[in-house]
Amino acid sequence: MTLKTILSIIAFAPLLGAIVVGLFGRRLGDRASHTLAIFAVGVSAALSLYVLKLFVFDGHPVFNENLYTFFAFGDLSAHVGFLVDRLTVLMMAVVTVVSFLVHVYTVGYMAGDPGYSRFFAYINLFTFAMLMLVMSNNFLQLFFGWEAVGLVSYLLIGFWYRRPTAIFANLKAFIVNRVGDFGFLLGIAGVLYWLGTLDYATAFARVPDIAGKSFSVWSGVEWDIATFIAVALFVGAMGKSAQMPLHVWLPDSMEGPTPISALIHAATMVTAGIFMVARMSPIYEFAPGALEFVLFIGATTAILTGLIGIVQNDIKRVVAYSTLSQLGYMTVALGVSAYSAAIFHLTTHAFFKALLFLAAGSVIIGMHHEQDMRRMGGLKRYMPVTWIAAWVGTLALVGTPFFAGYYSKDAIIEAVHASLEGGSWVHGYAYFAVLAGAFVTALYSFRLLYLTFHGEERFRQVEDHHDAHGHDAHEPHESPWVVTLPLILLAIPSIAIGFFTAGPLLFGGWFGEAIAVRPENDTLASVAAKLWHDEHGWLAAAIGFGLHFYAAPAFWLALAGFATATYLYLIRTELPARIAERFALLYRVLERKYGFDELYQALFARGSVRLGQGLWRAGDRALIDGVMIDGTASLVDRVAAVLRWVQTGFLYHYAFVMILGLIVLMALALRI
Amino acid sequence: MHDWPLLSLLIWLPIVGGFALLALGASRARAARILGLLVAIATLALCVPLFLGFDRADGGMQFLERVPWVPAFGIDYHLGIDGISLVLILLTAITTVLTLIGAWSSVEDRVPVYYAAFLLLEGMMIGVFSALDAALFYVFFEGMLLPMFLIIGMWGGPRRVYASLKFFLYTFLGSVFMLVGLIYLYTQAGSFEIAKFAGLSLGRMEQTLLFFAFLIAFAIKVPMWPVHTWLPDAHVEAPTGGSVILAAIMLKIGGYGFLRFPLPITPDACMEWAWLVVLLSLVAVVYIGFVALAQEDMKKLIAYSSISHMGFVTLGIFLPFALLEQGATDAARLAVHGAMVQMISHGFVSGALFSCVGVLYDRMHSRMIGDYGGVANVMPRFAALFVLFAMANAGLPGTSGFVGEFMVVLAAFQASPWIAAAAALTLILGAAYTLWLVKRVIFGAEANAEVASLKDLQSHELLTLFGFAFFVLLLGVWPAIAVDLMDASVVALLTRLGFGGN
Repeated sequence: MTLKTILSIIAFAPLLGAIVVGLFGRRLGDRASHTLAIFAVGVSAALSLYVLKLFVFDGHPVFNENLYTFFAFGDLSAHVGFLVDRLTVLMMAVVTVVSFLVHVYTVGYMAGDPGYSRFFAYINLFTFAMLMLVMSNNFLQLFFGWEAVGLVSYLLIGFWYRRPTAIFANLKAFIVNRVGDFGFLLGIAGVLYWLGTLDYATAFARVPDIAGKSFSVWSGVEWDIATFIAVALFVGAMGKSAQMPLHVWLPDSMEGPTPISALIHAATMVTAGIFMVARMSPIYEFAPGALEFVLFIGATTAILTGLIGIVQNDIKRVVAYSTLSQLGYMTVALGVSAYSAAIFHLTTHAFFKALLFLAAGSVIIGMHHEQDMRRMGGLKRYMPVTWIAAWVGTLALVGTPFFAGYYSKDAIIEAVHASLEGGSWVHGYAYFAVLAGAFVTALYSFRLLYLTFHGEERFRQVEDHHDAHGHDAHEPHESPWVVTLPLILLAIPSIAIGFFTAGPLLFGGWFGEAIAVRPENDTLASVAAKLWHDEHGWLAAAIGFGLHFYAAPAFWLALAGFATATYLYLIRTELPARIAERFALLYRVLERKYGFDELYQALFARGSVRLGQGLWRAGDRALIDGVMIDGTASLVDRVAAVLRWVQTGFLYHYAFVMILGLIVLMALALRI
Repeated sequence: MHDWPLLSLLIWLPIVGGFALLALGASRARAARILGLLVAIATLALCVPLFLGFDRADGGMQFLERVPWVPAFGIDYHLGIDGISLVLILLTAITTVLTLIGAWSSVEDRVPVYYAAFLLLEGMMIGVFSALDAALFYVFFEGMLLPMFLIIGMWGGPRRVYASLKFFLYTFLGSVFMLVGLIYLYTQAGSFEIAKFAGLSLGRMEQTLLFFAFLIAFAIKVPMWPVHTWLPDAHVEAPTGGSVILAAIMLKIGGYGFLRFPLPITPDACMEWAWLVVLLSLVAVVYIGFVALAQEDMKKLIAYSSISHMGFVTLGIFLPFALLEQGATDAARLAVHGAMVQMISHGFVSGALFSCVGVLYDRMHSRMIGDYGGVANVMPRFAALFVLFAMANAGLPGTSGFVGEFMVVLAAFQASPWIAAAAALTLILGAAYTLWLVKRVIFGAEANAEVASLKDLQSHELLTLFGFAFFVLLLGVWPAIAVDLMDASVVALLTRLGFGGN
């Protein structure tokens, strides 16, 4: 098999699965549906790992070929095709492996749901769309994948479409993403205009030609072309990767079933924006203004959304805000040109965040679909596997030395630190944000662990609002193996993947040509000089990096967060309520999530419907129909009154006679 | 078969078939349905040799037929098609078949006449798309109004008389201006041959007056803001089949008219006034997008959505004039292709959406959004297809709705980023009004007992919607199939406007 065939199978097997299961799922039954869907993704995952091996160990050169032509004329063409380099293979492996595990997990989580096979069709379709996004070799297909993952996200958030909150959340998610796509589309239009192509390789090669050039937006106002393109594309990433102020859809997306919260809204789709910017690094490197903008947005997101996580009580929402905050970290990395660090954090985060979500999902099953942590506590006795998995995920997330998240997060923080020299105030702000974020992350993460698994058992205190679950309705229980097995399988990379891959991914120039960094922007090079000493081999270097924690401020801040959480939620559990009372204003602000939802709802949602009504009444009805054609309209009514006999059914005779007349006329004329 | 008069057959087969149906008598409903559908299928089958025999490399007129008709006035029965006409003829033939299948059980009253009206309409619309003689074009253009007038007037809703007359007077008014223009051109050219009109060297004043005559006629047809208010009324009152044909094909005659008359005949006036058309198009996209948000009636909402989407058609057609100065030939091609793809796509998508509303209306006899909710619970197949068409309407990549808008926005950016930005607002507005409709109608718990007792699609409804879905997806993943047919003709048109080759 040629590589092209293999890549096609990787991308299209899940599509085929989606079509078959989507069309015939109900006839096939649950068992056949999930077998087919899992098989399709399994094939993709296995082949993706094979391709990963080809590129990493066998040194396969970059693959860049078109499959077919979307449209082409003149010098313009749009294709569907694949660009596979080391950045792509890594993303393919992450996407398909996490997707495969989530598929397996779904068998347990969604068991008995009336939409069982539909769910599998959706997640198959998602895998296809995400693969098209990451494997694309051009902007058109990128936009296709971009929107297609958005579609599946929409369908899955609204999966339980009877729930008013779910169908509110999915509409919101789609429209907020479309606001981002508005910028994204203009960015693509700019690429075509100034770079003259939609093809990545050609476009990137031409970027130096436009560097420093500007265009006139308004008379006298000039914008830098590369910065415009980069910022416009990043607006799209702000939607998809939920950066402030377009972050509002992600917490609400938790209305969807937990497996997709893990797969789509934590591990893969939301990282598409990060991936996109890394892929476009040849453009961003020539747009320093855009990089500062990216850095500012990322830093703001990292700290502000993390703070909200502290006051949430819904277990999934805490993890969701944690995801937002971590996406902010990745964006920060992009903003200091540490693209590899962003992708590295994306990779480690995909595993430990999927683990945390699936653990939260396991808790939710064990608690009979209870999500409020105030009604949990002490679950470690009942769900030991889930408990340990959650601890592993948390340790990775907060950056415990040697765990996956330590390497990736510390690299980002160090890269920001390296950028301080010669950087502007934005760099200082970002450094403060990522450091403070380390404390906040530890605080909300351990709060979640303590409230859920430790302390007193609060689930018996609630009156029975579920009906008929049998006599042990509120006795929590460990989840079946299809649920716990993926937890275990995800726990392994959550611990180890950072240790083993930090070297090549961060400092080894592993991505080669896939990621471009100008020497003067290369913050990771300074980080390497400081932290990565591989004179004695990578093992010594990885251990050395791990042992460096004592000098990393982030570690001590995380430890402080851990201590605070332990004191407040394990020892003096009555304190948090009193603190909330004392700082009621701050608490309200966080609980209301800074008021973004209310503002958008009033300004954009209700505002635009009002505007529409106003335009319709004042414009269409009053002005156009009322004033401009008032005479005509009333004339019509008068004529209509005279012509009531239309309803008797004779008018058609008259009309057909007219047509007949025309035809006879034509016939006669033709004979001449 | 290449020596058959294919175009004449395509025009006259449905018309003759229509009269045969009338001769059946009003009571033979079943026979009329079968015969009507067979004629439509036969017409579609005739498109196959047309499609296969068409030379894509040739940007001129093909399948020519010419017979003198009224020699005294230089009027010929003169037919021929280029790529632009061809795709619209294909759209017409396909949509008519799907419409007649979909109408199988929705009309019980005077069925033979109903089916006959659609066949007559089909013949005349194909006539419009293949006439090379202005007088012949005008005859078909006007003749088309009658069957549609009847469809709305006889099978329409309670305000059908108002709506059908508004429709008739509006479009009739517009075409009177065009008629005056055509007669003037005849006096200059000595014949009604459209190609000869384009060869005239007209003064600035003449061009301007002619341009506005055409603008009024075709702007009403499209319809463009502010002469669009007839469309929502007509759609609301029209029976399902009427709405489908009206939205899917008749509106396209406006776009087609722009490409055939003002562009080649009055290029200087077009150049001078392109800003006006571009502005009105953007108003259609943005203003009408907001208006669509406010609608409580499904058909009105889709009608307004149609106006907004057709804004991309007129925008794409007139963008080349904004690109002429920089000589951006490829961008101009992109714009015109975008307009054409948008027309075909809108044909399938709006046809499908009106069919969907028809499916609901046949069951509940209501078009009001508020009467629905939770349809997905009881009609899962319908819901899946409805969501697909809604996504196409919102311009999701992978569906046809994306391609045209994408092309036009990309081309517009080269004329001005501001035009592109205004047009790209449709990404947000289109998604908002379409998916809000989906939320209120399809999702949620069953709104009431009537909804709870709805039955899912019958096989003929499924067939119609699957047909539309097939073309929406085909064009969405492989637009080259249409673009390649049209490219030579688009280049020929642009060359005439002053664009260089590559």
